[in-house]
Amino acid sequence: MTTYLLKRILMLIPLMIGITLITFSVIHLAPGEPVEMQMAMNPKVGKEARERLTKFYGLDKPLHEQYFSWVGKLAKLDLGRSFSPDGRPVLDKIKERLPVTISLNLIALILEFGLAIPIGILAATRRDTWLDKGITVFVFVGFAVPTFWLALLLMYFFGVKLGWLPISGLHTLGSDSWGTLRYLGDMAKHLIMPVMVASFGSLAGLSRYMRSAMLNVISQDYITTARAKGLPERVVIYKHALRNALLPLITLLGFSIPGLIGGSVIFETIFAIPGMGQLFYQGVMSRDYPVVMGILVIGAFLTLIGNLIADLCYALADPRIRHGEG
Amino acid sequence: MRRAPGRCLLFLLLCAFFLIACSPSETRQPPARTASAAIPVTGDSLVEGTIGEASTLIPILASDSSSHAVAGQIYNGLIKYDKNLKITGDLAESYDISPDGLTITFHLRRGVRWHDGQPFSARDVLYTYRVIIDPKTPTAYAEDFKQVKNISAPDDHTVKVVYAEPFAPALASWGTNILPAHLLEGQDITKSPLARQPVGTGPYRFKEWIAGQKIVLEANPDYFEGRPYIDRYIYRIIPDTSTMYMELKAGAIDLMGLTPVQYARQTANQNFTSRFNKYRYPSSGYLYMGYNLRHPLFGDKRIRQALTAAINKDELIQGVLFGMGQKAHGPIVPGRWAYNPNVKDIAYDPQHAAQLMAQAGWKEKNSDGILVKDGKPFKFTILTNQGNQQRLMTAQIVQQRLRQVGIDVKIRIVEWAAFLKEFINKGNFEVVMLAWSISQDPDMYDIWHSSKTNPGELNFIGYKNPEVDRLLVEGRSTFDLEKRKQAYFRIQEILAEEQPYTFLYVPDALPVVSVRIRGVEPAPAGIGHNQIKWFVPKNEQVYQP
Repeated sequence: MTTYLLKRILMLIPLMIGITLITFSVIHLAPGEPVEMQMAMNPKVGKEARERLTKFYGLDKPLHEQYFSWVGKLAKLDLGRSFSPDGRPVLDKIKERLPVTISLNLIALILEFGLAIPIGILAATRRDTWLDKGITVFVFVGFAVPTFWLALLLMYFFGVKLGWLPISGLHTLGSDSWGTLRYLGDMAKHLIMPVMVASFGSLAGLSRYMRSAMLNVISQDYITTARAKGLPERVVIYKHALRNALLPLITLLGFSIPGLIGGSVIFETIFAIPGMGQLFYQGVMSRDYPVVMGILVIGAFLTLIGNLIADLCYALADPRIRHGEG
Repeated sequence: MRRAPGRCLLFLLLCAFFLIACSPSETRQPPARTASAAIPVTGDSLVEGTIGEASTLIPILASDSSSHAVAGQIYNGLIKYDKNLKITGDLAESYDISPDGLTITFHLRRGVRWHDGQPFSARDVLYTYRVIIDPKTPTAYAEDFKQVKNISAPDDHTVKVVYAEPFAPALASWGTNILPAHLLEGQDITKSPLARQPVGTGPYRFKEWIAGQKIVLEANPDYFEGRPYIDRYIYRIIPDTSTMYMELKAGAIDLMGLTPVQYARQTANQNFTSRFNKYRYPSSGYLYMGYNLRHPLFGDKRIRQALTAAINKDELIQGVLFGMGQKAHGPIVPGRWAYNPNVKDIAYDPQHAAQLMAQAGWKEKNSDGILVKDGKPFKFTILTNQGNQQRLMTAQIVQQRLRQVGIDVKIRIVEWAAFLKEFINKGNFEVVMLAWSISQDPDMYDIWHSSKTNPGELNFIGYKNPEVDRLLVEGRSTFDLEKRKQAYFRIQEILAEEQPYTFLYVPDALPVVSVRIRGVEPAPAGIGHNQIKWFVPKNEQVYQP
């Protein structure tokens, strides 16, 4: 197990180098330049001002020099300074947005899995009943409804019409002076709608996965054996079948880990949540190379870690993998 | 709202919502409830919704309107535009221009203090000038200040600026926000904490900035024009206009700019108008179709005139802006002193368009009904940037109208960065649909002068007219308003005749303010000019200190 782990970790190094190369080239290949984005269409900007800014960002240097200076800093965990006028360190920008995104995504993720698993099991065990069909319709509606539309409807209904929930943002104005409990309660209220909308969409995919995995497992011989032993259905399903049926979901969970730091632009924009999605989107739109590359690299790194964790979980859940790799 | 005289001059509009403010006005106000007899009292907060977050609060480093809007509350320039868009003193109590127009002397206000208590003096002005022209400062605003030959401070309260030649936009350029020398001198301005915690002289002091959520300012009790009545000015960052509108309806926002459809349709009911005052005045920008004059198709003036005659501008205003705008016929928006109201615009007249086309040799039509000359059909592509629904709709209506006179138009939408680099800067387009946001000073040398046609410069359509060149220089090299007016009036006549652009429309700025806020007084400059006089009566105050 340890050798396996070590091997996997060593393999991350060439992968990371490849990732930095691809990230760097992709963003530099995109048409448009950061300087253009700030200076273009402004008659007060002379040629000199452009050159000044180009030099300031180090964009006048040859590409390979730019790459090595970036990777060199990256190795020291320095993501550089943003190309936006504030010129703040990219790490600071990410840091101030990460907690919101991660907590929101984490809550949504727990909710998604927490709901999708029982829904999937229910649909599988009651296969082809009205319940199964009802669930299918419901989750597919969730899948098909555009996020922004659902969000706007909910906002209008709960926020404007009923006035029960705040519409957007994370805090009520003036909540800073409230007690901790009230402050957190206020924040929770602000999160209800975003979390609801965020989880609703992915419920469909996950619960379908769970359903088909469960169906697959239930039809296997050892389940028949278990039933033949006279085990109660509850034990058969939740003890014997579930463990195997969860395997594909573990893979999905692993894939979801990099997603934790990436927010959805549409959804963050609509709820005015200052998360990573907005930061990345604005970065791309203004060709803010350091921000874009920083987020991409972190995302790629987390994907690798996520895969690693998923593999390890596999090994834990499935002795064959564990022993096979020895 | 956006007090941005010297800077943010001619900005291209990334988005029509930026059009709110710094605008001339006239007419069509809602019934004013604002003039109620209540006596101004202090207290309460005003929450303004903004779709973009400020990038830095050191204004000379910022190039976005959100940053300048916030910075405008915190800092002052030496001069500003008053409610009638006349230049008046701000940090400078008064100014003199020497008869030859070469020297401007600013007499600074005495007793002004920075928010940290330090006195404001000529040293701050000299520092601001020096940091702007410093080649190491990544600012977009150095150009105007490079015209300065010599700057000096005879004493702490006088600044004398000498120019090599008379330069009319120079005065307006001193509307640039003056920065505190005592906090910045000897520092690297790009790494200064002032970017996130500014110290200015303005009516509001910086209190806090929560990234992506809000910026909170509080009244400056020592402001030299008097303490603002409203205690706190809060910018809430809400990137989506639909969300912002719902926040407005839910009462969480007091001030925002509406979209035309919101103004015309969704807010035209008693329920809304009893809670909010809507305002409407021409914004400071115009939408246009620019023809690439290097392209053989558009070299002939008659063709450009024909294209304009084939487009129904009224229909565009009705269809796209729900009537919230007016026709444009030149590069100056109505209400400005340089605006020439007597320009003869080319009216919508498809038959006239067909005649003009025929005169230019486009007489035959092919089986698809498209005009042909020497076997080639008349077709071109309108290029516009992604993310602006109004522009797209306008292009679609234009496309349909031009089809009716036998012109085959395609529309192509390109993401902004690529749009600039691959198309505009390379002159690689046939027709573009874009908007200019224009400054209070009518100088438009950079857009129309024949020397500005190089790649990356703003006369990207390649317009060259010796008379216009001469008039542009004339207009910027005198402070005599009459002479300037003559020059700009003539330029508008020439442009209306030559149609290098088809000037489409000037959208209205459509701000809406909660009725709680009293003292709002619409003027040619918009509604923001007397913001420090706004107040909320005691019994209507919502936010506690």
